[in-house]
Amino acid sequence: MNRDRWWRLQTRAAPYLFVSPFLVIFCVFMLYPLSRSLVLSFEKTIGPRHSAFVGLSNYRYLLGHDRLFGLALLNTAAYTVAFLALQIPMSLGLALLLNSRRILFRDLFRFSFFSSYLVGQVFVGVIFFQLFGPDGLINHAVSIVAGHRVVIPWLSSPNLVLPSVLIASLWLATGYGMVYFLAALQSVDPELYEAAEMDGAGNWQRFVHITLPGIRPMLGYVVLVGAIGGFQLFELPFVLLQGAGPNARGLTVVMYLFVMGFNTGDLGYASAIGWMLVVILLALTFIKFRFFRFGPESGN
Amino acid sequence: MRRVAIHLLLIGLAAVAVLPFVWLICASIKTPEDLLGSTLLPWGHLDHLTLDNFRMLRDQPFGRWVVNSIFLSSLHTVLVVTLSSLGGFALAKYEFAGKRVIMVIMLGTMLLPSQVLVPGSYELMYRLHWIDSYLAIIVPGAVSVFGIILFRQAMIGVPDELLQCGRLDGCSEWRLWWDIALPVVRPMIGAYTLLSFLAEWNSFLWPQIILQNEAKYTLPIGLNSLAGLPEYQHNYGVIMAATLVSILPVAVLFFVLQRDFVSGLASGAVKG
Repeated sequence: MNRDRWWRLQTRAAPYLFVSPFLVIFCVFMLYPLSRSLVLSFEKTIGPRHSAFVGLSNYRYLLGHDRLFGLALLNTAAYTVAFLALQIPMSLGLALLLNSRRILFRDLFRFSFFSSYLVGQVFVGVIFFQLFGPDGLINHAVSIVAGHRVVIPWLSSPNLVLPSVLIASLWLATGYGMVYFLAALQSVDPELYEAAEMDGAGNWQRFVHITLPGIRPMLGYVVLVGAIGGFQLFELPFVLLQGAGPNARGLTVVMYLFVMGFNTGDLGYASAIGWMLVVILLALTFIKFRFFRFGPESGN
Repeated sequence: MRRVAIHLLLIGLAAVAVLPFVWLICASIKTPEDLLGSTLLPWGHLDHLTLDNFRMLRDQPFGRWVVNSIFLSSLHTVLVVTLSSLGGFALAKYEFAGKRVIMVIMLGTMLLPSQVLVPGSYELMYRLHWIDSYLAIIVPGAVSVFGIILFRQAMIGVPDELLQCGRLDGCSEWRLWWDIALPVVRPMIGAYTLLSFLAEWNSFLWPQIILQNEAKYTLPIGLNSLAGLPEYQHNYGVIMAATLVSILPVAVLFFVLQRDFVSGLASGAVKG
């Protein structure tokens, strides 16, 4: 019967129809540009029209001679390490404070810490540009604590660039990390705590021997997400410092990619920077799975 | 006693977390003089509240940018949720030629940062004459490897018996996706809708490269261009009003989808 044949046909064709829009766009707008980025990284280009094959010289220059790239790498790595060193304890601390049923207005607290995550990096940059101003909120707060008028040049002193970016990004991301830790804390078996209490374990011992192993997979995840996000840092310093900042201390790897590709116009060099970023992120992912490969089965 | 201390500590920390928002609101309803003369927060002169900052925004193409951002983010979200759930459904519930290859290539690209695509994509857009066109933002953004994998993972849990029943009842495969698979993963749709909208709303690098005509700017691009103008260095109430308006739609969407988001986030995260 005709209807039967049509029916069988639509059953057979369905999966192909369902994936084809995805697949076509994926191939044309992801795989193809990806391969072009790889080819471009071996070329010198002036805008999208003129290019010449230069072999490995983009990479050689990038790694051997380009002091700005070295600076960008250093800034980005310093930011990432400092960010994780502060964000992880702060997020975990907040989660521990909130992880009790006896806290009143828990949802309200959770939302007030998390809400900043909804604000995009660009908007955070615009807001903190004013907060860090000579007469901004932050200098006022410092003045009140110090007891006299203090004007800290947050955004114009090279050594204060990193702290300023950190303050703004911690405001943005601490509550986000907290949400993940709270979810992990709630999955730790409460009986373990009761048993430990009966054995006379103190707060600190319970934290080290029960809480930490219990949330270890989540810890690994939050660290990895933070590290990957850290190395991709761009919008926040770009808007906050209106560019690379004093002495280019706010220059990051992705900002350098943007500047080289779209201000200088060398798409080839920008691609090479992009592939260096790929190498860094793959290395970070590898390290994570090497050292945090503890699933639930190996945690006690 | 201890409980009181914890609550006081939490209130203090929450105050610090919320302070920039409070300041933002104060700054946008104050005159420039009140703003500069204020101490910690521009509380004073509560009789002096003004909507002038919002009125001044009308002299800028700001309203245009709000419309552009809402249009692009909504269209992006609808497209990416539809295509991801369709593709995820196929990958979760069907066996077909090439499925393994697709999965392996997708997972491979998931490890790559999106920025490495930018030079190659720009070259492609240049050849397609899509520079300064919304097509360059909408079309490549319509697919997300993360999204399709998310939906695949969620839809694996849809019982096969349910799908078979649907087929016996005469549902087309299309209807199975719409009437059976999608309702089962409803909380995840809410969470992913919020994430997609948020990502596009706040997106900066790619629109900054593609969009050149001021009338086509989105809010992040437009606001960044305003914030650098010297005439707003001392009259930043206008910029703050613009920022406030830029954050509000996302906050509204969050409140609408909050329940889905928290449950979706928690269920996805504990597995990871």
